[in-house]
Formats: sequence, structure tokens, C-alpha cells
Amino acid sequence: MSFKADRMDFWGWIGAPSLICLGATLLFAAPIKVLGLQLPEPVFPMAPVFAWAVLRPSILAPFVLLGMGLFLDMVWGDLTGLWGLALISAYLTVLLSRSMMTGQSRVMMWVWFAVACGVAMAVAYAATAVDSGVAPNLVPTFWQFLPTVLLYPFAHRLIERFEDADVRFR
Amino acid sequence: MSYRDGHFQDLKVPLTWTVAVAVVVAAVVAIALLLSDRRETLQASAYGVARAVADTVNAPAGQALSAPGRVASQASDFLRDYFFAASENRRLRQELAEMQDLRDQVASLRNVASRYQALLGFRTDPPVPMVTARVILDARGPFSETRLADAGKERGVEVGNPVMSERGLVGRVIGVTRGASRILLLTDVASRTPVLIDRTDARAILTGDSSTAPKLEYLRGQSPVREGDRVLTSGDGGLGPRGLPVGTAVKGLDGVWRVQLDAAESSIDFVRIILFTDFSKLVDQKELSALPLPPGPPAPTSPQTVIMAAPADVAKAAAALAAKAKPSDGSSAPKGPAGMVTGGGASASDHGATP
Repeated sequence: MSFKADRMDFWGWIGAPSLICLGATLLFAAPIKVLGLQLPEPVFPMAPVFAWAVLRPSILAPFVLLGMGLFLDMVWGDLTGLWGLALISAYLTVLLSRSMMTGQSRVMMWVWFAVACGVAMAVAYAATAVDSGVAPNLVPTFWQFLPTVLLYPFAHRLIERFEDADVRFR
Repeated sequence: MSYRDGHFQDLKVPLTWTVAVAVVVAAVVAIALLLSDRRETLQASAYGVARAVADTVNAPAGQALSAPGRVASQASDFLRDYFFAASENRRLRQELAEMQDLRDQVASLRNVASRYQALLGFRTDPPVPMVTARVILDARGPFSETRLADAGKERGVEVGNPVMSERGLVGRVIGVTRGASRILLLTDVASRTPVLIDRTDARAILTGDSSTAPKLEYLRGQSPVREGDRVLTSGDGGLGPRGLPVGTAVKGLDGVWRVQLDAAESSIDFVRIILFTDFSKLVDQKELSALPLPPGPPAPTSPQTVIMAAPADVAKAAAALAAKAKPSDGSSAPKGPAGMVTGGGASASDHGATP
């Protein structure tokens, strides 16, 4: 499936994906049960974190990530700044390793996405443990990590859509 | 002169460095916010205006988003009730038979308890008011276990109020605004709840670690807990009333005593917020914590004190004692309102004694 490369305007590149992530976060935070099971709670902003860093460095992206992180903190009741710091850490990791990812297969990119998710979760885990004095249980941490990693197709779609829009940073 | 004609026309900031600066600035802001957060405290002011505003905005959004889920859940309940009515009926009959025995026991025990209370002059706690609320947003992640309920300030909810489901304790309110309150669950890593073991009255702190069974910490004594012991709130620290059901003690795979929460047996969709106010919050804390004034020089109020304080006036004090020993001689001792003789009948000033 091929996508037409869109122009890198703010709305299509940053605005719309951010709003979709925030809406999905709010939707999945609703106390809805499907067949008696609760919905998973993935970190939706990880998809744009990865795509934005892979395609090109951006000055706006870290501040948008900070805003999205604050939104997650408010909806989930986390420590203020926790997810902002986690998302920015993941963004920085992908940004620093983007030269290694050029031309990699989709599977390898998925692995890189998992590594980025791991970095974000590790930062959030460490900050929570330091603040509360208790190390959070690893089982629920894994159950948030797993559905987050499964979000890679959305990041891939965003990358494909804007891949040819700005070729200076390839 | 336009900007492009000036000296800055050739100035080009490398994007990589600019992005690096942006990332560092954003990270510093996030760390500063993280360090300033005090969500686990019981101070209403610690919740912050931003969180209160966010909860106010999230509440109607949560109501709207959870509405389809509620309808689907009701439809599913209806179907289940329809198909499983016979088995449900059998189960309820059995439960009713057990409850009838319990009812008789409760009536008997209540009678005995009320007589003991009357004999001992025991003052029981007054009934605590509570409000019912519906959960409208739900955080289930490893770093936060909170719920947003649709009852707020307008219904008398305050920070620190304990929250129960129909089974047992769920958590406590950590933030409240108009129309919504944020509940910190017992399983959250920031949750600490004083509890007691019903069998031994041993105290412990229930510490959440985002698992389904929080840990029992700071247990004291020789084997204070056994598998299956009932765990209740202790009421220590004024965090809630004593005796709310919390759960059952179990030994975890890691060898740590944990509590299987009663509230975990069913979904937390409706909750009861107990409008509990500890007596320590009712008294004037300023008055309690005010430093007492340093004591002034003691004023002798009895002839004995006068004798001890001023040996030179021994003769005068002895005379005063003699006068007090003969009330029938017509001397008028000041009387209190109930006709009792007050102790100030022969004050030091009356006799000219100096301390």
C-alpha cells in the first residue's frame, strides 16, 4: 500500500496526530468493559514520538510532547511531568539513533519502536519508584508496554505519509 | 532597513543544535514539574489548580464516553439475568438461609453489646454520612491507579475522605473540585493506609505497589498475621474510621504478606465516599500547637506557701492559719457561687506577704 507524500504543514504533521492520540487516551480511560475485560491502557503518544523523530528533527515536537505528557498526567492522575519526561526521553533516544535506522526493514523499525517504548517506560518507572519509595510491580508495567508496542503500525503509517515531504534530513 | 538587509541575514542556526536546546528545555520543565508535584499529600492545596481544572473538564467528557459502555453493560446484565435466572435463584436461596442464621446472631450480639455499652458508659461513634458516586474515568496503568468520580465539593466531599465499594475499602480522595473527585486506589504506589489485623489487633501499613494485592508493611510482634486473617482499617492518624473492611491476608510468592482486597472481587463502577472528618481536624489546631506562655513568679495562695516563701513573716502566717482554723469567730471567708469556701480566703496580699 502506498501513501501520497503530504506537505509537512503543522496541522497534518503535528496537530492532527496529537489530537487523535489525546482523544484515544480519553476514550480508553473510560470505564468500558468488553466481555467482562477492561480496555488496555497503551501510551498512544508513543506513535508520533517515534515518527516525528525518525522523519526529521523539529523544534516544536519536544514542547508538543511535553503538552501531551501533561495531558496524560491529568487524565491518568500521574505525577505532573512524569509522561512529559518519559516521552521526551524516548524522542531523544530515537533522534540520536535515527542515522542507524535509515533503510532498515519494517521488523527492525518495530524493534526500534519497542526500544523507544522501553526507554519511556523505564524513565516513568524510575521516576515513580524514586518519588513513592516503592518499586511498581513489573507485571502491570509489562501489560502497558505490550499494547503500546503494538501501536507501531500507526507510527509506520505516519512515517510513510510524510517520508518524502522533507528529504533534507534523510 | 528590513531584517533581511541587516547583519543577521547570513546567520543560520543549525537545526540539530536548536532541537537539542528545545529538548533540554522541555526536559527541564518536565523535571521541575515532577519535583514540585505533591499528589500523595492530604493537603487540598497540593492538588493544584491545573489538576482541578483538568478534572472539571474531564468529568463531562468521561460521562459522555462511559455512557455507551454503561448501556452495553446493562444490556449484557439483562441477558445474563435472563439466561441464568434459575441458577441465580438457587444461589440466592442458599445465601438467604445462611443470612437468616447470621441475622439471629447479630440481633443477639447487638443486644449484648448495647448492654455492655450502657454499663460501661461507652460512647460509640456517631453514624458517618456518605455520598454515592459513579466512576467516570479510570486509570489502570502501573504508575497510577486512580478513578475520577462524579461527586465533588457541592456534595461535601473533601480531600482525605475514604472511599468504599459495596465490598470494601477502595481508596481515598486526593483531589476534589466541583462535580468531580479524584480517588487514589489502595493499589497505587503512592497509597499508604494504616490497617489492623482483626484477630490479633496488630497494626501495619498497607502499601500499594500497583499489583492487585498491596503489601503489609511495618508488621510487629511474633507472627501477628496468619493466612486468611481479616484486615480492617485501624483509623490511626485520622485517615478514616476504624473497622472498614479492607481484605484478607495472603502470603505472596515473594514471601511478603499481602492483602487480597475485598473491593477487587467486583468492578469499581459505583463507590460510596464516606464524609468522615477526624476529631483532630475539628479542634483548633492553632490553639493546640500554640506555645504556652512562660510561667510568671509563683503567687503564694496559702499560708503554708507564705511560710515557705517568706520565713520573716512566719508570725503573720501563723496568725492567718489560726484565723482560718476558727471560722465560727465571725470572720467572713469569701464563698463561691455554690456556697463553698474558696481557697483564696487568706491571700498573701491580705497579709502583706511578699513572694
